[in-house]
Amino acid sequence: MSIGTPKQPPTNTTSASAEVADRNPVDRGVKRWQFRFPKALRTPLGFIGAIILSIWLIVALFAPLLAPFNPLAQDFPRLSAPGGGNLLGTDTLGRDVLSRLIVAARTTLPAAVFVVICSAVLGSVLGAIAGYFGRAVDEIIMRIADLVFAFPTIILAMVIAAALGPGLKNAIIAILLVSWPSYARVTRSLVMSARNSEYVVAGRLLGFSAGKSLIREISPNVLSPVVVLATLDVGSAILTMAGLSFLSLGVVPPTPDWGAMISEGVSQFAAWWIAFFPGLCILTIVMAFNFIGDSLRDSLDPHTAQEVGETTS
Amino acid sequence: MTTTTTTEDTPRASKVPLLELDNVSCEYKLNGGGRFRAVSNVSLQLGRSEVLGLVGESGCGKSTLAKLICGLEKTAGGTITFESHPVKPLGLGRRPKNLLGVQMVFQNPYASLNPRRRIRDQLTDALALDPEHNWTVESLLEAVDLPLDAAQRFSHSFSGGQRQRIAIARALAAGPKVLVGDEPIASLDAFLQARIARMMRDLAIDSGASMIFISHDLSVVRDIADRVAVMEAGNIVEVGSTDQIWNDPQHPYTKKLLAAIPKVDGKGIIPG
Repeated sequence: MSIGTPKQPPTNTTSASAEVADRNPVDRGVKRWQFRFPKALRTPLGFIGAIILSIWLIVALFAPLLAPFNPLAQDFPRLSAPGGGNLLGTDTLGRDVLSRLIVAARTTLPAAVFVVICSAVLGSVLGAIAGYFGRAVDEIIMRIADLVFAFPTIILAMVIAAALGPGLKNAIIAILLVSWPSYARVTRSLVMSARNSEYVVAGRLLGFSAGKSLIREISPNVLSPVVVLATLDVGSAILTMAGLSFLSLGVVPPTPDWGAMISEGVSQFAAWWIAFFPGLCILTIVMAFNFIGDSLRDSLDPHTAQEVGETTS
Repeated sequence: MTTTTTTEDTPRASKVPLLELDNVSCEYKLNGGGRFRAVSNVSLQLGRSEVLGLVGESGCGKSTLAKLICGLEKTAGGTITFESHPVKPLGLGRRPKNLLGVQMVFQNPYASLNPRRRIRDQLTDALALDPEHNWTVESLLEAVDLPLDAAQRFSHSFSGGQRQRIAIARALAAGPKVLVGDEPIASLDAFLQARIARMMRDLAIDSGASMIFISHDLSVVRDIADRVAVMEAGNIVEVGSTDQIWNDPQHPYTKKLLAAIPKVDGKGIIPG
């Protein structure tokens, strides 16, 4: 499954292609229709988001090499200010904040991406089934979704996490259970509008079964909004996860986690660095995902795509 | 008043009709309660290698009739048989194999092609249906006068007329016995209308199919149809050979329709 929008060979007028190339210096010299992910980087914000995210990915990937100290070792004077031996200071137990931040990225990022992929798949499959088959199936699935929607996300996630007990796995389950309905709703409405469109009916007249019709005809047309939603959702998954850790319902100490670190910093307000830097981490990474999601939405928007198509026809 | 023609009217039609509508009705539920009878007690026959033009004003039930024939609407009474198989409404299941010989070309060429799939893929899906494999993607594109590189492209890079030709190619690829055109030329400009209609007729007849061509453009129907059925408010009011309808219309509504064709006589009179 590709997330790229359909491209067409550049058979267009020279002025139009030159314009596209100017806005998109990254692609120059590359065969454009083979380049998978070009439009996301076309906006300044998307570019910034991509850079911040890739920095975070590198940090998470090489965390053991980048962390100056053992994140669990209580080797340093308690609450020492940033600068000196510990670049971002130490916490109440004398652990190096910078090392803890870097190592925490290793759990937060993969967990957030994983939970979003799971809930996107679960939600959109259920939503597609509800939208395509309608009637009783639709009612049952969507009323369950409404049930989840009836509670504020973080409260319900808290309840589920508290019921299951603290731990990363249970936090992931909790977030998965509260976040699938938004995908179900989006996919359902997209599938409902697509399934009555003439190209789907034409496919049905050619003898497509419901499943083939859903997978071949409908899914390419509903995929991009779901991808956009998922990208934007990674940010909120990170936030929710940090929120759960903040409430001691997420990652179990002493494993470093941004939310837990903020929680610790709140009780030590004079030592601002304990809470400030993990907050900054959450801010940058959520922002990065939102920037990428926004520019993805702009570039995958069918209307924008249509305009690109029309100018070249 | 419902009129059926006997097969003597049409030399092309063989004794056993390919498609037969017997007393078919269709009703829509209205929002405020009550029902709207879109098609009422229509009987029609379509022979082999025959082009039947279905004319009438907007909202007279032409499109509903086309949908009924393809199984896209439920009948409220009567039977439709295609090659002696009853046409059942298409539910959520797969369309029965013995009904796949009825294919449709839709009115709106901008909606009838999948925007996110290459033309080749869409044609290939249809080709899989034709057991005799008369066509290839290339020969189909050639038949509808499109360049061969069209196969690699997406529908948004084509104009309305080109898209409609792709839609025709897709319907043909399935090897239909009956090709239903639901106002396939309505959203095209005047120059293209006659050309696309002619193309549909030629391709359908050459591939041994019959065609039901729905249009409100009588001059185009006259050009391509062997027989014409005139529809008014859900009823078929007159059926006959094209010449007969044209030169000797019987029903007042047919006369009215024929009188409404704009004539280029330079008098500046708006007809009707």
